[in-house]
Amino acid sequence: MKKSIVLYMHVHQPYRIRNYTIFDAGVNHDYFSADYEHNTSNERIVKKVAEKSYLPTNAKLMELIEHNPEFKISLSITGTIIDQLQLWSPETLRSFQDLVSTGRVEIVGETYYHSLAFFYSRSEFEAQVKMHRDKIMEVFGQTLTVFRNTELAYNNDLANWAEKAGYKGILAEGWDPVMQWRSPNFVYKTPGNDNLKLLVKNYKLSDDVAFRFSDKNWSEWPLTAEKFTGWLNDAGDATNFNLFMDYETFGEHQWSDSGIFDFLGHLPGEWLKNPNNTFMTVSEAMDSYETVGELDMPNTVTWADTERDLSAWLGNAMQQQSIAALYELEPIIISSGDWQLINDWRRMQTSDHFYYMCTKWFNDGDIHAYFSPYNTPYEAHVAFMNAWHDLQFRLSEKGLI
Amino acid sequence: MKVLMLGWELPPHYTGGMGVVCYQLCQHLAKSGVDIEFILPFTADYSDIGFMKVNPALPYGVDQVLRQDGGGTYDSQYFTYMDGKGNKRGANMNEHQKHYSDYVLKLVKYGEYDVIHAHDWLTLRAGIAAKQASGIPLIAHIHATEYDRAGGRPGNPLIHEIEYIGLRLADKIITVSQATKQSVIDNYGIDASKISVIHNALDFNPAEMYEQGSLYPYIVKMKQKGFKIVLGAGRLTIQKGFVNLLTAMKEVIYRNPNTILLLIGGGELYNELIAKAADLGISKNVIIVGYLNGTGKAWRDAFKLADLFVMPSISEPFGLTPFEAIAFGAPVLMTKQSGASEVLNNVLKVDFWDIDEMANQICAVVSSEGLATTLYDNARREVELLTWAPSIDKLLSIYDSQALGMTL
Repeated sequence: MKKSIVLYMHVHQPYRIRNYTIFDAGVNHDYFSADYEHNTSNERIVKKVAEKSYLPTNAKLMELIEHNPEFKISLSITGTIIDQLQLWSPETLRSFQDLVSTGRVEIVGETYYHSLAFFYSRSEFEAQVKMHRDKIMEVFGQTLTVFRNTELAYNNDLANWAEKAGYKGILAEGWDPVMQWRSPNFVYKTPGNDNLKLLVKNYKLSDDVAFRFSDKNWSEWPLTAEKFTGWLNDAGDATNFNLFMDYETFGEHQWSDSGIFDFLGHLPGEWLKNPNNTFMTVSEAMDSYETVGELDMPNTVTWADTERDLSAWLGNAMQQQSIAALYELEPIIISSGDWQLINDWRRMQTSDHFYYMCTKWFNDGDIHAYFSPYNTPYEAHVAFMNAWHDLQFRLSEKGLI
Repeated sequence: MKVLMLGWELPPHYTGGMGVVCYQLCQHLAKSGVDIEFILPFTADYSDIGFMKVNPALPYGVDQVLRQDGGGTYDSQYFTYMDGKGNKRGANMNEHQKHYSDYVLKLVKYGEYDVIHAHDWLTLRAGIAAKQASGIPLIAHIHATEYDRAGGRPGNPLIHEIEYIGLRLADKIITVSQATKQSVIDNYGIDASKISVIHNALDFNPAEMYEQGSLYPYIVKMKQKGFKIVLGAGRLTIQKGFVNLLTAMKEVIYRNPNTILLLIGGGELYNELIAKAADLGISKNVIIVGYLNGTGKAWRDAFKLADLFVMPSISEPFGLTPFEAIAFGAPVLMTKQSGASEVLNNVLKVDFWDIDEMANQICAVVSSEGLATTLYDNARREVELLTWAPSIDKLLSIYDSQALGMTL
């Protein structure tokens, strides 16, 4: 059996909340409509990321698919970014559709709103998973068989849910305290589930590309496709190398002038030089390789920060208070039957809002600051809570509270 | 009587309580025939003021001084100098006070003034220099000392030094409360006979009191739903005691979940107070509005919506906001550590450190319409009788005796 690279990339943008004040609450319900020039303008950010990352990456991937019959990828794309592309960059959405229509791209399921609903409301979580499944069918004509939760937040409960929901497999982080002596380069089982397969991210190799690629202080800089595939070829016993990363790695986190597109362009050619190597999508890897063992993950593991837990989203009281306040409204919001209100409430569930409120300034803090459109986590919290007050106002107008 | 008035702020620009007091004080003095030249540390449009001359203290070669506020405290201010060609350069507090002082020195060299009336440490350096150069008597008007601003912490030693020297060299000291007088005696070793207490008052513009509409439709809606609004307003600094108010609100909200704390102000504790509200588990019920101009409708509307105004200051030499609250319709709870508590009787009073009692009293007001109404009606009658007149009479006689002292 050939060894494979399982390249899986995640496409997502949130609906950022503008600088929404208490004077807006009860007057304007346009939480997500910042002025174009403002840091929180979703339209501006989507257009920028499309131009810097999505379009050139898709063009490069299309070229690779055309030139390398064995090249395949998997991607997940959230409902919130599909909505934004439909509005502001339809040509980008078309380029994703073109990629998928080659038959060599597998889409991975998740929540429509990139939310943490799994940890707060099972019914809301399932509603969002279904919405995403329907959206992917509508836009890409694909049926999803593999699931990933927001931020790769995973535990045994999630695996149990995915097995019952009929998924073939699921994705998680290959975090050392869980893996211990085991290698992430195989397919695993989950405890108590007969059918569900688990692929875990090889975070060292993934982060070499996603985080370290342009770091000139890194001893391996500059990283070439030849060097990288050399490591894989020398890795010894392995079946599948799970390279999981954000789509924005290409062109946005690693800028074009870092050579990231050249790296991507040369990766298939270098890897396929060895006839024992190939590429697989996530479900192909799950179908092709025998499981080598079982991974027990009672505690939630994510792919973020040095802690690999949910603390980047739920670590401080501001985050906990705001997310609790949001889910507290669930029964009343849903009962309103008002789609606009429900949609706004769901957009506020996107995990990014809570990430912007993270106060872990040291160690991981620089990453958080880079990804936040707000000056401070406190500003992010205030804008969020003011929007929350407006939800309360709207429910109150309807006589529901 | 010609007075050289040294101030640091004046409505409608950069206004804290001291600015409001300066404005109204000067307005009443002018009505009594006093000729005032008011010096400010920045350039702004005051063409609406007809009752006195307002001039910016411009350094040599500078056409405009623009003021920026850092964290909202006095020593974090920063100034930008602009010349006629539009060239800009920055100046910090210390440098700008020096230039302010030089400007005032020029004025006293050529102008004829009977007294120099300087407000707070900010203008004391200029006041001392002008007095020493000209022999004109200096009145130091103390709205707050560094002990008050520091809220129990040591404070800035440089500011203490300026206050210490300024208070010694001043011919007369005015404080805004008995408590501040005592603090000047105890902390700066000043003889009691040199200090007079002149309480502040507050005039209201009836047009502002009966404005229509509210800029807080959310709060209006919540009130219709039976929510009660507790308001706090002031700079978000240690001195103002808002951390204690938040802690008390946790108890209030636990007992009366339909209570919202609206907190207005900017300052160094902004982030900390937001985080504190979350730590206490009351984020949903605490709305920190941020800085609002004290002359704007948003400021007034907040007072009009309040079911209770709380001034939780650890140290408040006077405190004008309770007067605004009463004028705009809210009963008041204030700490005993405020100068205003020396003049207002129909308000609730609590020690700043007694958080349980603060919570107890807030609960009492938000849950008893009878208490709120009685408290308010009596406070309203009381405030209508508290005018500037006695304070102005007292100040005029101080001017006279100082000016006389000079001619003798």
